[in-house]
Amino acid sequence: MAASQWELPPELCCRPMAFVALTGLDVVYNAVHRAIWDAFCANRRADRVPISFKVLPGDHEYPKCRTKRTSYEWYIPKGILKTGWMNKHLNLVPALVVLFYELDWDDPQWKEKQSECATKVEIVRTSLQGRNTKVAVVLIQKKTPLPPGEDLVASERAAALCTACDLSGKSLFVLPHTDHLVGYIIRLENAFYEHAQTYYYTEIRRVKSHKEFLNKTTHQLLFVRHQFKIGFFSELKQDTQNALKYYRTAYSLVHELRAHETNMLEIKTLAGFINYKICRLCFQHNTPLDAIAQFRKHIDQCKKKIGSAELAFEHAAWMSKQFQSFGELFDEAIKLGLTAIQTQNPGFYYQQAACYSQDRKQQALTLCQAGASYPSPDPLDTQSGGLDFYGQRHWRQGHQSIDPPDAEKEKTGILALQMKERDVPHSELIIALLSNAVAQFKKYKCPRMKSHLMVQMGEEYYHAKDYTKALKLLDYVMCDYRTERWWALLTAILTTALRCAFLMASVKDYTVYCMELLGRASTLKDEHKARIEKNLLRVLQNQVPDPEPDCDPASVGAARTLWNDRMALSGSNELTVEVQDYIPFIQCKGRFQSPSFHVDQPILLQVFLRADCPQPVAFSKLAVSLSNQEYNQWCVAEASGSDSMTLLPGKTRSFSFSFVAKTEDVGKKIEVTGVELMLGAAAGRCVFLSWRGAGGDAASAHEALQASRSSRRWGRGLEARQEPSWDSLSLQPSTMIISRVPRISVQLSHQPPALTNELYRIGISVRSEEDATARDVTLTAGLKPGQDAGLSQTTQVTLDGSVVCDDSCPSLIPDIPLGTLEPGQRLDRCVYVTCVSTGPRVFLFHVAYSVDTSVDGRRIVCRCHKDETVTIETVVPFEVSVKFVSTKFEPLDRVAVDVPFLLMTDVQSSSPWPLLLSSSSLTLLAMSSTSAQLQSQVQDVVLETGECASECFSLRCPAHNSSSNAVATGQYLISWRRQSSSADSPLIQTTVTLPHVILEPVPVYIHADLPSFGRVRESLPVRYHIENRTALVQEVEMAVEPSDAFMFSGLKQVRLRILPGSEQQMLYNYYPLMAGYQTLPQLNISLPRCQTSNSQALRRFLPQRIFVKPQGRQLDDASIAAA
Amino acid sequence: MAVCIAVIAKENYPLYIRSVPTQNELKFHYTVHTSLDVVEEKISAVGKSIGDQRELYLGLLYPTEDYKVYGYVTNSKVKFVIVVDSSNTSLRDNEIRSMFRKLHNSFTDVMCNPFHNPGDPIQSKAFDGIVSGMMVQSS
Repeated sequence: MAASQWELPPELCCRPMAFVALTGLDVVYNAVHRAIWDAFCANRRADRVPISFKVLPGDHEYPKCRTKRTSYEWYIPKGILKTGWMNKHLNLVPALVVLFYELDWDDPQWKEKQSECATKVEIVRTSLQGRNTKVAVVLIQKKTPLPPGEDLVASERAAALCTACDLSGKSLFVLPHTDHLVGYIIRLENAFYEHAQTYYYTEIRRVKSHKEFLNKTTHQLLFVRHQFKIGFFSELKQDTQNALKYYRTAYSLVHELRAHETNMLEIKTLAGFINYKICRLCFQHNTPLDAIAQFRKHIDQCKKKIGSAELAFEHAAWMSKQFQSFGELFDEAIKLGLTAIQTQNPGFYYQQAACYSQDRKQQALTLCQAGASYPSPDPLDTQSGGLDFYGQRHWRQGHQSIDPPDAEKEKTGILALQMKERDVPHSELIIALLSNAVAQFKKYKCPRMKSHLMVQMGEEYYHAKDYTKALKLLDYVMCDYRTERWWALLTAILTTALRCAFLMASVKDYTVYCMELLGRASTLKDEHKARIEKNLLRVLQNQVPDPEPDCDPASVGAARTLWNDRMALSGSNELTVEVQDYIPFIQCKGRFQSPSFHVDQPILLQVFLRADCPQPVAFSKLAVSLSNQEYNQWCVAEASGSDSMTLLPGKTRSFSFSFVAKTEDVGKKIEVTGVELMLGAAAGRCVFLSWRGAGGDAASAHEALQASRSSRRWGRGLEARQEPSWDSLSLQPSTMIISRVPRISVQLSHQPPALTNELYRIGISVRSEEDATARDVTLTAGLKPGQDAGLSQTTQVTLDGSVVCDDSCPSLIPDIPLGTLEPGQRLDRCVYVTCVSTGPRVFLFHVAYSVDTSVDGRRIVCRCHKDETVTIETVVPFEVSVKFVSTKFEPLDRVAVDVPFLLMTDVQSSSPWPLLLSSSSLTLLAMSSTSAQLQSQVQDVVLETGECASECFSLRCPAHNSSSNAVATGQYLISWRRQSSSADSPLIQTTVTLPHVILEPVPVYIHADLPSFGRVRESLPVRYHIENRTALVQEVEMAVEPSDAFMFSGLKQVRLRILPGSEQQMLYNYYPLMAGYQTLPQLNISLPRCQTSNSQALRRFLPQRIFVKPQGRQLDDASIAAA
Repeated sequence: MAVCIAVIAKENYPLYIRSVPTQNELKFHYTVHTSLDVVEEKISAVGKSIGDQRELYLGLLYPTEDYKVYGYVTNSKVKFVIVVDSSNTSLRDNEIRSMFRKLHNSFTDVMCNPFHNPGDPIQSKAFDGIVSGMMVQSS
């Protein structure tokens, strides 16, 4: 009951609707009536008029109307608003009473029925004596009515019935019971609605009319009451705009009332009601800002109106309710489409409501002292069981003067209220409000506000002694505060959580919270920390810890028993705490001394521990687990006997472990997967603090970042400090095991650059500098993987230097066994490489071997390796150029068929090293050599850089019967090697494809036989051959022009015919007259039948000049002597 | 005059919180912490349009029954929060702005100290003095 005292009455919170009573319907036994009733009340959607219907019996007694007051002069009102008034007008006094009566127009017993109906109307009227309630009659008819005006009987009888019942024509309705029932019903109710509106209008007029009788001194309460009533009737009339106006007037009038301690509650109650109505209508009118403004005004006006100090909790309860109901209205409006924002949402109102509920609880605690007994007789009892007016005191209802009538009654009344307040489940109310607020803040993106409220909820659960729920909530939000590093708040939450854990005797939670409260994130003072640490030690020794301060003494007793039970329980005295996500009081940082270790070195691992608690703390075991668990055995530190390991507050202590890596782990990573610290002893209770990885906790990442930024890092005296500063210690959770440093030397000897196609020799010399025998020495040689893919196809590696390698050879030869190497011994090997294409290549020479060594007295076999890489450029050894010239060494762009010509090749060395050309040869395709044997002219020639070796071949190309003129010549092969390479090294064949030649047919081929030189005044026989290569008889005209340098004999001018395929020879004897290069007498040739070829073209195969030696002297020595 | 002044780091942890000693300090911590919700929302709303010059002063963050909470965010996302008693109606927006400006200037001085490590709690007498001047003087 006490809780519901503050609830708003339901008739206030509902939407007022016109009340229409239906009589004369038998909904239980009459199916037709039932259908009519269902049609009225089913499917009342928003599009139907707002009416609340009720079926009442025909002789229902409506509330009696009190006799109208004619004068207010001596009337003193007893209160503002009667408790029954709203309900009366919503549910008891109808705006319209409708009488249903079954009567057809052609009923045979019309007269009787008409008078029965009139009687029924009269009964209703009598019962409504003094009210303005309208009465209407609905005739339920079986027959479908005719259109109005056609049924004369009907209109006549309707008029008669109206007169008999004293009804206006507008109040008589006909309801044919046919197919379209719902349609008729909707039309009916619209008509009812109009009647109801008229009724409420008259009611409003009636209330307004009282106003002139009122005076301001005695009737202040009535001003409020009347305005409220008008507002309420306006709402019933669905005139919400005016309703709002009247409510606003009522609201300002309420605050004009003379307030004193005795009527404060009544004023506040009414103010609350009216405020609720105003806010509700504002939201309904979609003016939420008006609603909020009204509510703010309301709160500001009422905040200070506390009323009786002994009942201050009532004010808090009322305030809480104000906020809660506004929050609910706001929330309701949002559900109907209003949008709220982050800073203005219902959550704030729920939160404030919770806040006032908390105040209420506080005040109840201070005001409602236990011990007193509930007064008897109960001052809260009234004869009627309830109150006549809203917000009045049970023991002095209707009392309106400033002083209470009876001081004694007042005292017992207050006591009774205080007693009642003590039984209120405050925490439940607060939690409910808070959880409403949490839901809202979650919706409006306020995670921190949500967390804050959840903390409050947790605390409230703690007060309500529901520790499990409290811990669950606190635990949930703790993490948020921890990650956001709000230590003061975290400490406060932890303190509450610790109390819960103590009162629940939850060992694990208790331990964890203790550890965090002792840690560096805790803002507790040292004396508190010392107390908590003492308690933690007691738990470790399986003893009951001292209770936390500020715990409820009664609960402490219960908790003690729980603890004792826990302690007595055997087993389960081991506890592992994953401290990674907390900030425990012991910090741990593990680090390998180096990010990598050679396999022949012992691996050094250090674990640094530091306690933040005020007292030294002892632990019994430290164990590190590594990714390879075989090493774990080496990384354990255990307290032996009396010598327990102790951490001093604020001091860093380091533990070093060292172990030897397994040779299988070379190339692998060793990681610290966890560090475990054992507190307590197996005899008592032991707690394992377990860090994942190499330590660190929820706060250490940020600390490491700050330390790295800190300028103190570079400060003076850093080196001078004895121990490293804790913050500057960084984690090194993993290390690489790498192979032992090789102690061999690998040297390469070669003569770069490599020449294309050459078998390039690379000498490798491996020298052991080990102290022991190197076994299983292997060599991997060749092209380093990971280069351009094309390179591996154009590079071949072989070990055999006698044969040029081919495509079958790989680009990399792996694991060539080299046997063993004694200390100091040297081993040489050659590798031959052929590079088909030019460009740089990286070659890898990887020498691996096994050697025995010892680490920390343990003998291990290490596999070592040394890599050498070299980049070798490949260049072409020589350039070959080819040209065709005529026998007169004139460059040819085309070759005459079956006429000798010359092929000249130039081999120009571009190699930095001397090349030995072993031989060269021509492979001819269409051509033939003019000489029988093609002799290489560059055999065993050595070419230095830039030198050139040329050859000349005389060739003849026979007629070719292919369509194209171009003819493939053939290939030029050169066998060569480096001059420096050994004689048995293979020769390299370089093939040069010769260019094509373009053939040209010659119709008449004229050439001459003549000696290579002439001599002055000696006969020089020249024979001209004229060949006809056409299929026709050719007529040739020849003439020899005279020359100054020669005399000649023979036919000077001749005309002859040559048969196809035959040859004519012409012999001339030239007689040179001058020495030196002399132009031969020009032969003019013309072919009259073949006009295409001119003399020039025919002459081109003929020599132009000849060298003429001076006259010989040996015959005539005497003349010389004479000279 | 303020009842609580706080400086919050970019990562939303407190660098400095001072409140009037007469009232529950924890409550102010919660008030400042919850106000960060609104600050975050306001910052993120601006970030969406690039080149939009954000005003450092965020204005009234949210009103509670008892206090008004004002916010200010520097360009390096350090937040200043000033809590004022709701009953103190004489304080105008301009005065709050100038309080924030003074606070920002003093904070800049703290950051200029080569011995101060940004991100560490502020322990500066000069800053303390400025803050004290802005707080409600409790006698």
